[in-house]
Amino acid sequence: MNQAIRGKTAIVGIGTAGVGEAKGFSAMELLGQASLQAIADAGLQLQDIDGIFAATSSHAFPTLSVAEYLGIKPSYVDGTNIGGSSFEMHLLQATLALEAGLCNAALVCYGSNQRTAGGRLVSMSEPQWHEAFYKPRHPITSYSLAASRHMHQYGTTREMLGEVAVSARQWANLNPEAFARGPLTLDDVMASRMVSDPLSSADCCLVTDGGAACVLVRADRARDLQRKPAYFLGAAGAQWHRSVVAMPDLTVTAASESGPRAMEMAGVSHADIDLVMLYDAFTINTILFLEDLGFCPKGEGGRFVQGGHIAPGGGLAVNTNGGGLSCVHPGMYGLFLIIEAVRQIRGEAGARQLKKADIALLHGNGGTLSSQVTAFLGSENAL
Amino acid sequence: MSEVLATAAAALGPQEQYLEFLSQGRFMLQRSLSSGRYVFYPRVLIPGTGETDLVWEEAQGTGTIYAITVNRARTGSHNVALIDLDEGPRMMSRIEGRETAPIGSRVKARIIEEEGVAMVVFDVIEEVAA
Repeated sequence: MNQAIRGKTAIVGIGTAGVGEAKGFSAMELLGQASLQAIADAGLQLQDIDGIFAATSSHAFPTLSVAEYLGIKPSYVDGTNIGGSSFEMHLLQATLALEAGLCNAALVCYGSNQRTAGGRLVSMSEPQWHEAFYKPRHPITSYSLAASRHMHQYGTTREMLGEVAVSARQWANLNPEAFARGPLTLDDVMASRMVSDPLSSADCCLVTDGGAACVLVRADRARDLQRKPAYFLGAAGAQWHRSVVAMPDLTVTAASESGPRAMEMAGVSHADIDLVMLYDAFTINTILFLEDLGFCPKGEGGRFVQGGHIAPGGGLAVNTNGGGLSCVHPGMYGLFLIIEAVRQIRGEAGARQLKKADIALLHGNGGTLSSQVTAFLGSENAL
Repeated sequence: MSEVLATAAAALGPQEQYLEFLSQGRFMLQRSLSSGRYVFYPRVLIPGTGETDLVWEEAQGTGTIYAITVNRARTGSHNVALIDLDEGPRMMSRIEGRETAPIGSRVKARIIEEEGVAMVVFDVIEEVAA
């Protein structure tokens, strides 16, 4: 695998806005605030941005809307929309564009007001005609089907799923930005309202508002800027289906392809990884991705998370911000994985700061387990 | 029995033809004459290999529950299942007459009309232990 772009770009600025609730603000206003914060964090000016990478759940032409709103005439744009995994892919696209000289400062950005605008998951995703007869309630129907199959095939239990939610909450309790904080026990999870068997409300991600953005430049320039760079080490996407009906095996996601390809590009092995950021739209996601990314054998994900193994103080640092389950989930969560990884790599994660955070795995998920994108970021020590 | 498309039906794409068959009370699947492979949902090709020599065949109607969930809402609950048809393809459907059924149970298709729309649903014919 080509390692030609490993370490060639870095994230030099990050920003968030309206994480949790932002009553009265539009999706674009939150995106705009987060973008300004990321640009200022990088020590750059708005007019320095000449590459825009964007996806939202409310803009048909996101790069056009963002460029107009910010007043930028970009030399390069990419609006790839593969759901929540879009932003991990944007890291790869931005790196390619920067390396090719198509732009010099790339803004990756997102915004959503889905919580205060309606309190429901906003999606532009069209119904699949062959499914519509049966009134699936996506995304949860698809993830519940996958969970049902995993339980059937591997003996995974609701308690194991619940452990994922409890671990996420324990991390969130160390994160002042997290929206859902406070005690959450396994008993609480087991007693929560069933939404779509076997997933209860505690197995589902939050519905929040929130904007996020990051700025990438080429590595040589990154070293001259004010923040400690978080270097791009590698990324790979794998897309196997659109509708869950076409997913060959509901217990195996395309992360089993994206993960190895990204690891090869980044030149890292599992023992090198300090932080694992997994897109936890539902508790089953964390279990599937731990397996498919090779942290445990297929089918063992449920047992892997037991006993607080992915909670603070556990064997593997997973979703240290509290994840989509307890920190933030405005519909497309992928950019928030990046934000947390950069904070950890910089050493700015406060009470939840890892002792060593040189290499972070970020895994984005989109659609109904449809798109899987794995990316790696690292500190100077990782180069 | 395989059935080459009637002239009138051939003016429609596979999706509309499938729905047309359903409205006539027939559950039909596409099969490639050269490779013998079936495809569902109906398309203009066999995905991945691209065969276009597709004919419609009456589905056997038998299959196995691959995955199942019960969507629970204040307005009522309904199950959503993935069924592996004996011909090979997988489809989304619903198990009729009960809240849910164990994965692995054998099921048989029938066509019902709901809100004026013809659709395939399944009944359990052989239940396995959960």
